[in-house]
Amino acid sequence: MDGYRREATSTTAPPIPPDERLLLERLRAGDEAAYRELLRQYTPSMLRVAMMYVPTRAIAEDVVGETWLGVLKGLDRFEGRSSLKTWIFRILTNTAKTRGQREGRSVPFSSLGGDDETDESPVDADRFIGDGHRWAGHWASAPRNPRDVPEERLLAGEATERISAAIEELPESQRAVITLRDVDGFDAEEAREILGISDGNQRVLLHRARAKVRAALEDYLNEKVSA
Amino acid sequence: MRWPWRRRAEVGPVLSRPEDITCREIVRIVNDYVEGVLPAAEREAVELHLNLCDGCSDYLEQLRMSIALTGELPPDALSPELEEELCAAFRSYRE
Repeated sequence: MDGYRREATSTTAPPIPPDERLLLERLRAGDEAAYRELLRQYTPSMLRVAMMYVPTRAIAEDVVGETWLGVLKGLDRFEGRSSLKTWIFRILTNTAKTRGQREGRSVPFSSLGGDDETDESPVDADRFIGDGHRWAGHWASAPRNPRDVPEERLLAGEATERISAAIEELPESQRAVITLRDVDGFDAEEAREILGISDGNQRVLLHRARAKVRAALEDYLNEKVSA
Repeated sequence: MRWPWRRRAEVGPVLSRPEDITCREIVRIVNDYVEGVLPAAEREAVELHLNLCDGCSDYLEQLRMSIALTGELPPDALSPELEEELCAAFRSYRE
Protein backbone atom coordinates (compact mmCIF):
# COMPACT_ATOMS: atom_id res chain seq x y z
CA MET A 1 0.00 0.00 0.00
CA ASP A 2 2.08 2.87 1.21
CA GLY A 3 5.66 1.97 0.34
CA TYR A 4 7.17 4.72 2.41
CA ARG A 5 5.40 3.73 5.61
CA ARG A 6 6.02 0.08 4.95
CA GLU A 7 9.73 0.76 4.75
CA ALA A 8 9.70 2.66 8.03
CA THR A 9 7.93 -0.08 9.98
CA SER A 10 9.20 -3.24 8.33
CA THR A 11 11.86 -5.20 10.16
CA THR A 12 12.79 -7.70 7.48
CA ALA A 13 13.92 -6.37 4.13
CA PRO A 14 12.73 -8.11 0.98
CA PRO A 15 15.57 -9.73 -0.94
CA ILE A 16 17.44 -7.39 -3.28
CA PRO A 17 16.91 -8.38 -6.94
CA PRO A 18 20.00 -10.12 -8.37
CA ASP A 19 20.87 -7.45 -10.96
CA GLU A 20 20.59 -4.73 -8.35
CA ARG A 21 22.71 -6.74 -5.92
CA LEU A 22 25.41 -7.06 -8.55
CA LEU A 23 25.27 -3.35 -9.32
CA LEU A 24 25.52 -2.57 -5.61
CA GLU A 25 28.55 -4.80 -5.21
CA ARG A 26 30.26 -3.08 -8.11
CA LEU A 27 29.44 0.36 -6.72
CA ARG A 28 30.66 -0.55 -3.26
CA ALA A 29 33.86 -1.85 -4.80
CA GLY A 30 34.38 1.57 -6.39
CA ASP A 31 33.65 0.43 -9.97
CA GLU A 32 33.51 3.65 -11.98
CA ALA A 33 31.86 2.04 -15.01
CA ALA A 34 28.94 0.93 -12.85
CA TYR A 35 28.65 4.40 -11.40
CA ARG A 36 28.75 6.01 -14.85
CA GLU A 37 26.01 3.68 -16.04
CA LEU A 38 23.82 4.71 -13.14
CA LEU A 39 24.60 8.39 -13.72
CA ARG A 40 23.53 8.21 -17.34
CA GLN A 41 20.37 6.35 -16.48
CA TYR A 42 19.05 8.60 -13.72
CA THR A 43 20.68 12.03 -13.89
CA PRO A 44 18.41 13.51 -16.60
CA SER A 45 15.26 12.62 -14.64
CA MET A 46 16.95 13.80 -11.44
CA LEU A 47 17.68 17.19 -12.98
CA ARG A 48 14.08 17.53 -14.08
CA VAL A 49 12.79 16.69 -10.63
CA ALA A 50 15.31 19.01 -8.97
CA MET A 51 14.19 21.86 -11.25
CA MET A 52 10.80 21.74 -9.61
CA TYR A 53 12.29 22.73 -6.28
CA VAL A 54 15.06 25.15 -7.19
CA PRO A 55 15.10 28.27 -9.38
CA THR A 56 17.97 27.60 -11.79
CA ARG A 57 19.53 24.81 -13.79
CA ALA A 58 22.91 25.51 -12.14
CA ILE A 59 21.46 24.97 -8.67
CA ALA A 60 19.66 21.84 -9.91
CA GLU A 61 23.01 20.46 -11.09
CA ASP A 62 24.44 21.29 -7.66
CA VAL A 63 21.58 19.41 -6.01
CA VAL A 64 22.15 16.41 -8.26
CA GLY A 65 25.87 16.44 -7.48
CA GLU A 66 25.12 16.62 -3.77
CA THR A 67 22.65 13.76 -4.19
CA TRP A 68 25.19 11.49 -5.85
CA LEU A 69 27.62 12.25 -3.04
CA GLY A 70 24.88 11.30 -0.59
CA VAL A 71 24.35 8.08 -2.52
CA LEU A 72 28.05 7.24 -2.34
CA LYS A 73 28.17 7.98 1.38
CA GLY A 74 25.05 5.94 2.03
CA LEU A 75 25.88 2.94 -0.18
CA ASP A 76 27.26 0.82 2.64
CA ARG A 77 24.19 1.47 4.75
CA PHE A 78 21.69 0.80 1.95
CA GLU A 79 19.74 -2.30 2.94
CA GLY A 80 17.49 -2.66 -0.06
CA ARG A 81 14.22 -1.98 1.71
CA SER A 82 13.23 0.06 -1.29
CA SER A 83 14.64 -0.23 -4.79
CA LEU A 84 17.95 1.48 -5.40
CA LYS A 85 16.18 3.86 -7.78
CA THR A 86 13.56 4.87 -5.24
CA TRP A 87 16.22 5.33 -2.59
CA ILE A 88 18.32 7.57 -4.86
CA PHE A 89 15.32 9.70 -5.77
CA ARG A 90 14.29 10.02 -2.15
CA ILE A 91 17.72 11.44 -1.35
CA LEU A 92 17.30 13.75 -4.33
CA THR A 93 13.93 15.15 -3.30
CA ASN A 94 15.10 15.68 0.28
CA THR A 95 18.21 17.49 -0.94
CA ALA A 96 16.25 19.56 -3.47
CA LYS A 97 13.58 20.53 -0.93
CA THR A 98 16.17 21.71 1.57
CA ARG A 99 18.02 23.67 -1.08
CA GLY A 100 14.80 25.10 -2.49
CA GLN A 101 13.77 26.39 0.91
CA ARG A 102 17.15 28.02 1.35
CA GLU A 103 16.71 29.67 -2.05
CA GLY A 104 13.32 30.93 -0.98
CA ARG A 105 11.46 28.82 -3.47
CA SER A 106 8.11 27.52 -2.29
CA VAL A 107 7.65 23.79 -2.49
CA PRO A 108 5.74 22.77 -5.61
CA PHE A 109 2.48 20.87 -5.46
CA SER A 110 1.52 22.61 -2.24
CA SER A 111 -1.58 24.01 -3.87
CA LEU A 112 -2.50 20.77 -5.55
CA GLY A 113 -5.09 18.32 -4.46
CA GLY A 114 -7.26 21.25 -3.45
CA ASP A 115 -10.34 22.29 -5.28
CA ASP A 116 -8.66 24.86 -7.50
CA GLU A 117 -8.73 22.82 -10.66
CA THR A 118 -11.22 20.07 -9.98
CA ASP A 119 -13.56 21.29 -12.68
CA GLU A 120 -10.93 21.40 -15.34
CA SER A 121 -12.37 19.33 -18.17
CA PRO A 122 -10.01 17.49 -20.46
CA VAL A 123 -12.24 18.38 -23.41
CA ASP A 124 -14.04 21.65 -24.21
CA ALA A 125 -17.51 21.63 -22.70
CA ASP A 126 -19.14 22.56 -26.00
CA ARG A 127 -18.03 19.30 -27.55
CA PHE A 128 -20.75 17.61 -25.53
CA ILE A 129 -24.49 17.97 -25.92
CA GLY A 130 -25.79 20.44 -23.34
CA ASP A 131 -28.08 19.76 -20.40
CA GLY A 132 -31.79 19.44 -21.00
CA HIS A 133 -31.38 17.38 -24.12
CA ARG A 134 -32.13 13.66 -24.25
CA TRP A 135 -28.48 13.03 -25.13
CA ALA A 136 -27.00 15.49 -22.66
CA GLY A 137 -23.36 14.71 -21.88
CA HIS A 138 -22.81 12.72 -25.06
CA TRP A 139 -20.57 13.83 -27.89
CA ALA A 140 -21.79 16.71 -30.03
CA SER A 141 -18.46 16.78 -31.82
CA ALA A 142 -16.79 13.41 -31.40
CA PRO A 143 -13.07 12.81 -31.87
CA ARG A 144 -12.15 11.07 -35.07
CA ASN A 145 -10.53 7.68 -35.21
CA PRO A 146 -6.82 7.95 -35.98
CA ARG A 147 -7.49 5.40 -38.75
CA ASP A 148 -9.52 8.01 -40.63
CA VAL A 149 -6.39 9.97 -41.33
CA PRO A 150 -4.68 8.65 -44.46
CA GLU A 151 -1.47 7.14 -43.18
CA GLU A 152 0.63 8.66 -45.93
CA ARG A 153 -0.26 12.12 -44.59
CA LEU A 154 1.10 11.35 -41.12
CA LEU A 155 4.72 12.05 -40.48
CA ALA A 156 6.02 10.45 -37.33
CA GLY A 157 8.43 13.28 -36.64
CA GLU A 158 5.68 15.87 -36.94
CA ALA A 159 3.40 14.10 -34.48
CA THR A 160 6.09 13.68 -31.85
CA GLU A 161 7.15 17.31 -32.31
CA ARG A 162 3.62 18.44 -31.57
CA ILE A 163 3.51 16.18 -28.54
CA SER A 164 6.82 17.46 -27.29
CA ALA A 165 5.62 21.07 -27.68
CA ALA A 166 2.41 20.27 -25.79
CA ILE A 167 4.41 18.78 -22.92
CA GLU A 168 6.61 21.89 -22.78
CA GLU A 169 3.52 24.04 -22.29
CA LEU A 170 2.18 22.05 -19.35
CA PRO A 171 2.33 23.40 -15.81
CA GLU A 172 5.52 22.18 -14.14
CA SER A 173 3.88 19.57 -11.92
CA GLN A 174 1.95 18.01 -14.82
CA ARG A 175 5.04 18.06 -17.00
CA ALA A 176 7.06 16.33 -14.28
CA VAL A 177 4.50 13.57 -13.86
CA ILE A 178 3.93 12.84 -17.56
CA THR A 179 7.66 12.90 -18.27
CA LEU A 180 8.50 10.53 -15.43
CA ARG A 181 5.65 8.19 -16.36
CA ASP A 182 5.48 8.24 -20.15
CA VAL A 183 8.97 9.29 -21.26
CA ASP A 184 11.19 7.85 -18.52
CA GLY A 185 8.95 4.86 -17.86
CA PHE A 186 8.58 5.04 -14.06
CA ASP A 187 5.46 3.37 -12.71
CA ALA A 188 2.78 5.22 -10.75
CA GLU A 189 4.16 4.27 -7.35
CA GLU A 190 7.68 5.31 -8.29
CA ALA A 191 6.55 8.67 -9.70
CA ARG A 192 4.48 9.27 -6.57
CA GLU A 193 7.45 8.54 -4.32
CA ILE A 194 9.89 10.55 -6.39
CA LEU A 195 7.70 13.63 -6.36
CA GLY A 196 6.49 13.13 -2.82
CA ILE A 197 2.84 13.40 -3.80
CA SER A 198 -0.21 11.34 -2.95
CA ASP A 199 -1.54 8.61 -5.14
CA GLY A 200 -4.57 10.76 -5.94
CA ASN A 201 -2.44 13.74 -6.95
CA GLN A 202 -0.30 11.60 -9.19
CA ARG A 203 -3.41 10.33 -10.96
CA VAL A 204 -4.99 13.75 -11.34
CA LEU A 205 -1.79 15.33 -12.68
CA LEU A 206 -1.21 12.48 -15.11
CA HIS A 207 -4.80 12.61 -16.29
CA ARG A 208 -4.65 16.34 -16.96
CA ALA A 209 -1.29 16.12 -18.66
CA ARG A 210 -2.25 13.22 -20.91
CA ALA A 211 -5.57 14.84 -21.78
CA LYS A 212 -3.77 17.98 -23.01
CA VAL A 213 -1.24 16.00 -24.98
CA ARG A 214 -4.06 14.01 -26.56
CA ALA A 215 -5.78 17.27 -27.50
CA ALA A 216 -2.60 18.39 -29.27
CA LEU A 217 -2.51 15.11 -31.16
CA GLU A 218 -6.18 15.51 -32.08
CA ASP A 219 -5.49 18.97 -33.51
CA TYR A 220 -2.70 17.49 -35.55
CA LEU A 221 -4.87 14.63 -36.85
CA ASN A 222 -7.66 17.05 -37.76
CA GLU A 223 -5.26 19.26 -39.70
CA LYS A 224 -4.08 16.23 -41.60
CA VAL A 225 -7.60 15.25 -42.57
CA SER A 226 -8.53 18.68 -43.85
CA ALA A 227 -5.13 19.22 -45.48
CA MET B 1 7.96 3.90 -37.09
CA ARG B 2 5.02 1.68 -36.35
CA TRP B 3 1.77 3.49 -35.72
CA PRO B 4 0.57 2.40 -32.32
CA TRP B 5 -3.09 1.80 -32.93
CA ARG B 6 -4.78 -1.40 -33.89
CA ARG B 7 -7.15 -1.64 -36.82
CA ARG B 8 -10.59 -2.58 -35.64
CA ALA B 9 -13.47 -4.17 -37.42
CA GLU B 10 -15.84 -1.67 -39.01
CA VAL B 11 -18.89 -1.04 -36.87
CA GLY B 12 -21.87 1.08 -37.69
CA PRO B 13 -22.88 4.07 -35.60
CA VAL B 14 -24.33 2.82 -32.33
CA LEU B 15 -25.47 5.18 -29.63
CA SER B 16 -25.42 4.23 -26.00
CA ARG B 17 -28.58 4.58 -24.01
CA PRO B 18 -29.05 7.87 -22.19
CA GLU B 19 -29.38 6.17 -18.82
CA ASP B 20 -25.83 4.88 -19.15
CA ILE B 21 -22.72 6.76 -18.13
CA THR B 22 -22.24 9.83 -20.38
CA CYS B 23 -19.36 10.51 -22.74
CA ARG B 24 -18.42 13.54 -20.64
CA GLU B 25 -17.97 11.25 -17.64
CA ILE B 26 -16.04 8.70 -19.67
CA VAL B 27 -13.55 11.36 -20.69
CA ARG B 28 -13.02 12.21 -17.02
CA ILE B 29 -12.24 8.66 -15.94
CA VAL B 30 -10.82 7.03 -19.04
CA ASN B 31 -7.23 7.64 -17.95
CA ASP B 32 -7.93 5.82 -14.69
CA TYR B 33 -9.30 3.05 -16.90
CA VAL B 34 -6.05 3.02 -18.91
CA GLU B 35 -4.12 3.01 -15.62
CA GLY B 36 -6.10 0.02 -14.41
CA VAL B 37 -7.12 1.70 -11.16
CA LEU B 38 -10.89 1.81 -11.57
CA PRO B 39 -13.01 -0.34 -9.24
CA ALA B 40 -14.48 -3.35 -11.03
CA ALA B 41 -17.99 -1.96 -11.35
CA GLU B 42 -16.80 1.28 -12.93
CA ARG B 43 -14.44 -0.56 -15.21
CA GLU B 44 -17.31 -2.70 -16.47
CA ALA B 45 -19.47 0.38 -17.03
CA VAL B 46 -16.67 2.00 -19.02
CA GLU B 47 -16.19 -1.11 -21.12
CA LEU B 48 -19.90 -1.38 -21.79
CA HIS B 49 -19.96 2.24 -22.90
CA LEU B 50 -16.86 1.85 -25.05
CA ASN B 51 -18.43 -1.10 -26.82
CA LEU B 52 -21.41 1.02 -27.77
CA CYS B 53 -19.88 4.42 -28.37
CA ASP B 54 -17.61 5.14 -31.33
CA GLY B 55 -16.81 8.66 -30.11
CA CYS B 56 -15.42 7.42 -26.81
CA SER B 57 -13.60 4.49 -28.43
CA ASP B 58 -11.95 6.96 -30.77
CA TYR B 59 -11.10 9.22 -27.83
CA LEU B 60 -9.47 6.24 -26.12
CA GLU B 61 -7.55 5.37 -29.29
CA GLN B 62 -6.25 8.90 -29.53
CA LEU B 63 -5.25 8.82 -25.88
CA ARG B 64 -3.40 5.52 -26.33
CA MET B 65 -1.75 6.80 -29.48
CA SER B 66 -0.54 9.93 -27.72
CA ILE B 67 0.81 7.90 -24.78
CA ALA B 68 2.67 5.66 -27.25
CA LEU B 69 4.08 8.65 -29.13
CA THR B 70 5.11 10.30 -25.85
CA GLY B 71 7.05 7.12 -25.10
CA GLU B 72 9.01 7.64 -28.31
CA LEU B 73 10.36 10.99 -27.21
CA PRO B 74 14.03 10.60 -26.39
CA PRO B 75 14.81 11.01 -22.68
CA ASP B 76 17.08 13.95 -21.97
CA ALA B 77 20.74 13.08 -22.29
CA LEU B 78 23.31 13.78 -19.63
CA SER B 79 25.77 16.39 -20.87
CA PRO B 80 29.35 15.09 -21.15
CA GLU B 81 30.58 17.98 -18.98
CA LEU B 82 28.26 17.15 -16.11
CA GLU B 83 29.00 13.45 -16.47
CA GLU B 84 32.73 14.10 -16.18
CA GLU B 85 32.19 16.39 -13.21
CA LEU B 86 30.12 13.76 -11.40
CA CYS B 87 32.62 11.02 -12.21
CA ALA B 88 35.48 13.19 -10.92
CA ALA B 89 33.53 13.58 -7.68
CA PHE B 90 33.21 9.79 -7.55
CA ARG B 91 36.95 9.31 -7.93
CA SER B 92 37.86 11.88 -5.30
CA TYR B 93 35.29 10.41 -2.91
CA ARG B 94 36.75 6.95 -3.35
CA GLU B 95 40.30 8.12 -2.71
